[in-house]
Amino acid sequence: MAHAADDSLRDRPAVLAKVKPLTTLPRRPLVLNNRDFHWITDKICRIVEDPAPKWWWVCMLVSLFIASFLGVGLLWLVSTGVGVWGLRAPVFWGWDIVNFVWWIGIGHAGTLISAILCLLRQKWRTAINRSAEAMTIFAVMCAGIFPLFHVGRVWLAWWLFPIPNSEAIWPNFHSPLEWDVFAVSTYFTVSVLFWYMGMIPDLGTLRDRAVKTWRKYFYGVLAMGWRSSTRHWRNYEMAYLLLAGLSTPLVLSVHTVVSFDFAASLLPGWHTTIFPPYFVAGAIFSGFGMVLTLVLPLRTMFKLQDLITQHHIDCMCKIILATGSMVGYAYSMEFFIAWYSGNPNEGFTFINRAFGQYGWAYWIMISCNVISPQLFWFRKVRENIALVFIITLFVNCGMWFERFVIISTSLANDFLPSSWGYYSPSIVDIFTFFGTMGFFSALFLMFARFLPMLPIAEVKHVMPQADPHWHPEGHEEEAHAPLVASVAGKGGRS
Amino acid sequence: MSDVYGIMAEFKSAQHIYEATGKLRDVGFKKWDTYTPFPVHGLDKQMGIGRSHVPWITLLGGITGFTTGVLITWYMNQHDYPLVVGGKPYWSMIYPFPVFYELTILFSAFGAFFGQFLLNMLPQHYHPAFNSEQFERATDNAFFVLIEARDPLYDEQRTRALLEQVGAFNITLVNK
Repeated sequence: MAHAADDSLRDRPAVLAKVKPLTTLPRRPLVLNNRDFHWITDKICRIVEDPAPKWWWVCMLVSLFIASFLGVGLLWLVSTGVGVWGLRAPVFWGWDIVNFVWWIGIGHAGTLISAILCLLRQKWRTAINRSAEAMTIFAVMCAGIFPLFHVGRVWLAWWLFPIPNSEAIWPNFHSPLEWDVFAVSTYFTVSVLFWYMGMIPDLGTLRDRAVKTWRKYFYGVLAMGWRSSTRHWRNYEMAYLLLAGLSTPLVLSVHTVVSFDFAASLLPGWHTTIFPPYFVAGAIFSGFGMVLTLVLPLRTMFKLQDLITQHHIDCMCKIILATGSMVGYAYSMEFFIAWYSGNPNEGFTFINRAFGQYGWAYWIMISCNVISPQLFWFRKVRENIALVFIITLFVNCGMWFERFVIISTSLANDFLPSSWGYYSPSIVDIFTFFGTMGFFSALFLMFARFLPMLPIAEVKHVMPQADPHWHPEGHEEEAHAPLVASVAGKGGRS
Repeated sequence: MSDVYGIMAEFKSAQHIYEATGKLRDVGFKKWDTYTPFPVHGLDKQMGIGRSHVPWITLLGGITGFTTGVLITWYMNQHDYPLVVGGKPYWSMIYPFPVFYELTILFSAFGAFFGQFLLNMLPQHYHPAFNSEQFERATDNAFFVLIEARDPLYDEQRTRALLEQVGAFNITLVNK
């Protein structure tokens, strides 16, 4: 063995000379075309400062029109009662909880980008983290609407929180639904704090560039008198890191607690230990789908190709591929465990999911969530922006069906065949859900117009010239010299 | 008292200000600051200022949150209004753990967020540095050093010469 190892060591240089491997792979730049700091400031601030483009007004009007359906749906519900939704025995959780889980899952990608990728030092996250965090906040707002109105008497929704009331009763902390109240409200609060704190330096930039008085006051008040002092950056960066560190267990816990709503019950198909990790993976999967759905059109409309590069899109597609495969694995593992458990109810539930009365929804879910992201193995697909956009729509759609399948199949066909039923939504359900899409888009469009859509300071921070030890001349040499040398077969630096 | 707050100097790049800051620190200034459009990695160490105290406030927040979670669940479900649910204990450290967990994170986040504002003394909408006309580029692409007049080593002529020597330009006095 030792002899063989010696041989291979001796052979190494000769082999290397023959195959000429690259000794260092050049890093893909995060900002293209050698832009300077001022260009970045100008590019991002101009989105806010220039008059709104026509397409923005068109999109805004359409969004507001769609959002009005939410108003109608909720008004209908509040003035009549929860009976206007399609909930009938045996299915008392329908579109409302499907939509709740779907929206909250979408939010998770924002926190993943801003927190987990920050801890993992994934520098590419900077270009998209602000808009992804905004997406998180708006998605959680949409999610919150459903449980809030499902309580029936929405004016008593504050009973969910442990606030002293005239009935002198307290919430029941044994219930996963009560844990959900804490998880989701904490998630919303921490996401808003993180988002706002990240924005302060950029609001300072907008304030300093402002010409109109109202802008000076508006951004001035929001910027809190930020003056980009190093003494401040020190505390700011520490707080940012801590918030990232806190958001990481938070985001994982939120969807875990959401999955407890199901897993802590005794229904076949719900009562499984795989639910927490499977829900978290699905949440991140759907969230990245939504990030791309939002970012790709904005990138084109605002011409942000130098800041949100193909590299960024590649990275996101790969995360979708990874989490989509995890979700696919979870689907098959659920089937395996249902068989392996030997429990006839479990076994029936899963066969029924795929081939029962909701089989059509199951196969939509499989084709959107498991098959469509597999296309991202191919570079050609990842580089085709239109195709990426379409696949992300499939992902969004597939993840909605996943929640629908889980919830409807288990409830509609449970232990007692005499009480089986078929759930379908009412027009009010459809109006409400459709309306949240408009509500979400309107909020996002407002965000894109009035707040810095990309983190200006953070994008500058990850550029090579922001490094205090970077030298223009030295840098050039470092990046290209080893490459050139190895290709020429010399090796090493000169 | 004169109404000069300090002397402000601009530097060309992150690299220039980083080197100059090290030299100014060695001279021994205490009442001074640097301003950069983004956090320049290691510039705080270069200035000789210590580690941030935000983590302590965060820890305090976390402990408060955890204790709050334990106390409210115990008080509400065991002490004030005992509720029998599925034959489970009225209260234990285990079943309401998600509540403790979320409240720990919530209060830690408050600690980090408000701790940052507290230690930075923000919001502070007036600061003499804003009196400088060039200062509005500090949030764009300019790098500044500001040495305050109340620093014992401050001397208008000599400090100006020193700043020029370490590579500064646009050296101006900033009024209070």
